[in-house]
Amino acid sequence: MSKRVSAAIVGSGNIGTDLLYKLLRSEFVEPRWMVGIDPASEGLARAAKLGLETTADGVDWLLARDDRPDLVFEATSASVHRANAPCYAEAGIRAVDLTPAAVGPYVVPPVNLGEHLDAPNVNLITCGGQATIPMVHAVSRVVPVPYAEIVASVASVSAGPGTRANIDEFTKTTGRGIEVIGGAEHGKAIIILNPAEPPMIMRDTIFCAVPADADTDAVADSVHRMVADIAGYVPGYRLLADPQFDPPSETSGGLARVSIFVEVEGAGDFLPPYSGNLDIMTAAATKVGEEIARTLATATATV
Amino acid sequence: MLPKTFSDTLDIRITDTSLRDGSHHKRHQFTADEVRAIVAALDGAGVPVIEVTHGDGLGGSSFNYGFSRTPEQELITIAAETARQAKIAVLMLPGVGVKEDIAIARDNGASVCRIATHCTEADVAVQHFGLARDLGLETVGFLMMAHSQPPEVLAKQARIMVDAGCQCVYVVDSAGALVLEQVGERVEAIAAELGDDAQIGFHGHENLDVAVANSIIAARAGAVQIDGSTRRFGAGAGNTPVEALVGVCDKLGIRTGVDFFRIVDAAEDVVRPAMPEECRLDRLALMMGYAGVYSSFLKHAYHQAERYGVSGAEILIRAGARKLVGGQEDQLIDIALELRREAAASA
Repeated sequence: MSKRVSAAIVGSGNIGTDLLYKLLRSEFVEPRWMVGIDPASEGLARAAKLGLETTADGVDWLLARDDRPDLVFEATSASVHRANAPCYAEAGIRAVDLTPAAVGPYVVPPVNLGEHLDAPNVNLITCGGQATIPMVHAVSRVVPVPYAEIVASVASVSAGPGTRANIDEFTKTTGRGIEVIGGAEHGKAIIILNPAEPPMIMRDTIFCAVPADADTDAVADSVHRMVADIAGYVPGYRLLADPQFDPPSETSGGLARVSIFVEVEGAGDFLPPYSGNLDIMTAAATKVGEEIARTLATATATV
Repeated sequence: MLPKTFSDTLDIRITDTSLRDGSHHKRHQFTADEVRAIVAALDGAGVPVIEVTHGDGLGGSSFNYGFSRTPEQELITIAAETARQAKIAVLMLPGVGVKEDIAIARDNGASVCRIATHCTEADVAVQHFGLARDLGLETVGFLMMAHSQPPEVLAKQARIMVDAGCQCVYVVDSAGALVLEQVGERVEAIAAELGDDAQIGFHGHENLDVAVANSIIAARAGAVQIDGSTRRFGAGAGNTPVEALVGVCDKLGIRTGVDFFRIVDAAEDVVRPAMPEECRLDRLALMMGYAGVYSSFLKHAYHQAERYGVSGAEILIRAGARKLVGGQEDQLIDIALELRREAAASA
């Protein structure tokens, strides 16, 4: 096994902890530090027990070290990442941003990861974006998609205070991602929080407007291939039914559409399996981190 | 006789939601002429607030809920231009619409902003209440599917809304599943929590045929804003019929400011002709009230039942069993597909 690149996780909450469990299994990334701001954080205690060096003194502690990480995963909030991003850049630390800050380009692994492997900072959009944008892309690589819309249904208990305080940020950022990365001319996102007990597993519906004479077999085939690609790094990602095609109707705005229904069950690394919305973010972050690590390792080897 | 009154001149203030909740029944196909005529008729009868929006609130025009035939902001503009005394209200659901939609509606003449969340999720609306107040809008908070939570939970959620800037919290019986005292208990619990910090309202549906009685019980428990739709024009079996509510209030000495004879004429001569059919208390509507299913699922259940050759009643019962909340119309397709798979497997 080649030498793994060193990584710090900034943010010791649920996301940071779940990400830690995934990175501990990685062949390419070695999580060595976890940074928090609360000495009483359970996440920091857990990370210390798992052998990481931890601090409650924030990123200043990390940046002041002689041995700095190659890679940092930001699992804090958009405003914190906006403040930290220039510091990482100055220190030459590559950043994978799990917040909605969008300092760097949007990345959805099975769609455009290869394009941004040398970017100093990449952003993972939103959980709903990670779950749905690949499906929009799967359709738009076969037929033109003038409009795409996604509906993300998430268990209330897995929607954190950040999402709740700024739900518009979720819908707008996801909508933009549907356009920029998904390839739809116009994008719209809807999020529904459902408090049912036991908590519901994350579900996403993707509606794409397609030409009335679209080759439905080709679209369905592209969707199935994309599902397999995603399931490669998010094992709990699955289609609930074959893509459904409907002709234009009175309430469809005169558009023919394809509807795709997916469920995202988490791996249960740290977070419970119903919170597939959080799992797909940490799984995507792991995937992105590993690909960046591989390019870093190759670059080092050739010097 | 009532513990609280809306103002010196009105005991309760009625908001007519034919042009918003009715949008579900109409499958969001209102024309400009229909909106102009209905607003003129309701306004003329003295209805103090008229709500105009896509059935699923601002930004609701979509594949998931159905695209609007006429852009809602155009309809809001027409309503505001037509109304002489009535205020124009809009509905928005955080997660579906965004803050910018509220600002545009204000610019188009809306003056009451009603913000709806599932009744356990009030905190997603905090920033929207703040913005609406900053824009000078009167604010109302909707705790949807209020049958699904006990009174004390609703009271806590009401407090979150009021602390964020909400001036009136509604008990919203989205499923038409609340019956009589169940309404009163919920209003009383919220009243005990809020005191004089905010008003309380009630929004009923006819799925168990008791919306007028529920509304009176709400008023007697302290609600001072009551929703209805003329001719019941709304989702499910429709909303509390405004004309009947006004008649009942007249007999009970509750002042609504609405003229009974003129609203009866408006219902018959103006509103009914704009309805695709009467709102009926049929099998599916009764299922919704009984199983506690969001009323706007009705038309979607009919549509998916026909599309996939399965039972609409079964779709709704399963929607209730899955504890779907408002906005999850997409899941009705998944349920229909599931029912079809099961039928194929057992054939």
